[in-house]
Amino acid sequence: MKQPIDDSSVPPARPSLSPKKNADVLQDLEAHFLERERQDPSSPYYRGADSNRPPQTMPRRRRFMLGAMAAMGSAGVHGVASSATPGAIERTVPPDATKVQGVGVAVDDGGYGARSQFETEVRTRYATKTTESSWSFTPLQNSMGMITPSGLHYERHHGGIATIDPTKHELYVHGMVKQAKKFSMADLKRYPALSRLMFIECSGNGLTEWAKPTLKTVQGTHGLTSTSDWIGVPLSTILNEVGLKPGAKWLLAEGGDAAVMTRSIPIEKAMKDCLLAYGQNGEAIRPEQGYPVRLFVPGYEGNMSIKWLRRLEVSDMPFMTREETSKYTDLMPDGTSLQFSFLMEAKSVITYPSGEMTLNKPGFYEISGLAWSGRGAVKRVEVSVDGGRNWREATLHGPVLPICHTRFTLPWEWDGKEAILQSRCIDETGYVQPTIKELVDQRGLSSVYHLNGIQSWKVAASGEVTNVHHY
Amino acid sequence: MSITIKGAVAAAAMALACAGAPMAQTSTATASSADNPHDYGFGSPVTDDELKQFVSPLPDGRGLPPGSGTVMQGEKVYTQQCLACHGANLEGGIGDRLIGGRGTLAKSDKGGPPIKTVESYWPYSTTLFDYIKRAMPFTAPNSMSNDDVYAVTAYILYKGDIIPKDATMDKDSLPKVAMPNRDAFKPAGR
Repeated sequence: MKQPIDDSSVPPARPSLSPKKNADVLQDLEAHFLERERQDPSSPYYRGADSNRPPQTMPRRRRFMLGAMAAMGSAGVHGVASSATPGAIERTVPPDATKVQGVGVAVDDGGYGARSQFETEVRTRYATKTTESSWSFTPLQNSMGMITPSGLHYERHHGGIATIDPTKHELYVHGMVKQAKKFSMADLKRYPALSRLMFIECSGNGLTEWAKPTLKTVQGTHGLTSTSDWIGVPLSTILNEVGLKPGAKWLLAEGGDAAVMTRSIPIEKAMKDCLLAYGQNGEAIRPEQGYPVRLFVPGYEGNMSIKWLRRLEVSDMPFMTREETSKYTDLMPDGTSLQFSFLMEAKSVITYPSGEMTLNKPGFYEISGLAWSGRGAVKRVEVSVDGGRNWREATLHGPVLPICHTRFTLPWEWDGKEAILQSRCIDETGYVQPTIKELVDQRGLSSVYHLNGIQSWKVAASGEVTNVHHY
Repeated sequence: MSITIKGAVAAAAMALACAGAPMAQTSTATASSADNPHDYGFGSPVTDDELKQFVSPLPDGRGLPPGSGTVMQGEKVYTQQCLACHGANLEGGIGDRLIGGRGTLAKSDKGGPPIKTVESYWPYSTTLFDYIKRAMPFTAPNSMSNDDVYAVTAYILYKGDIIPKDATMDKDSLPKVAMPNRDAFKPAGR
């Protein structure tokens, strides 16, 4: 046993400030922070426009951010200057972390934490013709639990990521309403807020997989879905504020991005459970998720949850925008098309083991995956290791929430022989996730969207896992 | 002081949320906060003038702005604004193919995969005006005048054999254009 540690026996890594000076520094920092916040209408410390100072401007905040970036840059002092993995700070790895002091508090991260330099999973972009009209997949293969880190949330943009000053952003609400209004972000944040854990999924998730297995990993086959804690104002609160006129049936939601993305939402859905979300996982939503505010339409195809929301127009009919006519409609074998196929139906996928992984040797493995349904809560998930001949009920890891990713697991003893792993989700309405064949029989091979069929992973005797179709 | 007020607001918010249970995270969370309306009075009234900056026509033509354009004018606009991405013959490139494809949508049709274009697939002519107006050209969205948008809309519809060469498109004529695939859409019911 070593000597008990006594504070005085541990020399400080660098001369520390006296408690008095420490307090001064903190107060200075706080004063600067408050000075900034008091001029920011979106801050709880906002003092109003009667201040003698000019209104808060973005350059001021940007300088602050640059300062933070510079602080992060100084990590080179502490560590090796090399390319850190995205979202990480590259630090020198000592032979024994118990023999040297670690990195001081707020020394190199600018006050905003970074993930470990040893973690490398990132979103991957689908190779569309332009980067602005494109999408990126969440790395589900590394996912744990039910929540997607904000920085790994999947993306789908039609005109790039809009950069919007929240102090200048306004949301217009008009059309068949009693009093047309516009709302600043400060206005929106005055309303009673709520938070709700919900998945969102692009209806194009899996579009490459209809006819044959195409993408290799679960990131490619299923990565267009993510779960966050979304915080904001119920849309019904705002619609009650402006007052709907009789005959109001549809609502146009319009984004403030270069695509000026638009979708029509049925008014019943708008009043039922839609959210104007300005928060995500405990902080402001990310720019790529629609900062400063997005619409969130629970359980419906992701495209309807308009980002960078700038306008809502109430009408008596759908607007028939490009994204609800020429896109996001499902072409049937007879040449007709299904329109307004809003619902994201029950779906599940095994994330471990999944495509391109290798099981080194026979023995115990915990099968793990995600299940979700736009109709409500997941009631049951069943897993097969023999291509659907036998099914076992998986354990659901709570909380099991409606319209939310639900983690499931099943212990599995792999005997070293070829196996086909599948999962199927049954939701609280009794809907059972179909096979891909059942969907193809119903809808043909041209409908593009809404593939929620059962995914099959083949484990070869060698332990190699591959994406296969198996009915 | 401001913290106290904020706390009070938050408490009121929680009370409201509980009272109406609008989106409580339970498996039966379908009740609407419409059950519990409250007159907050936040937000500012807007004038009709302010709303003129927005264009979002309905399929029956309501909401279409003034202005007009001919096929001939549209050809010039297309050459300057659209051709680089959509091709000299509207065959597509970086941008979508715009014409052709009739008779390719059904499985029984011969000749490979379905070709979805303005001509073969789009059910409403107003959508074409709306989309070009708000999102095109890709490198300078919402930069074209209403006249130019009407004109290039007319040109694309003409090239798709939907309107005659001497047609003029405006807020009255555009919604009357009969799109070939108009009746092929039905609600999915899910």
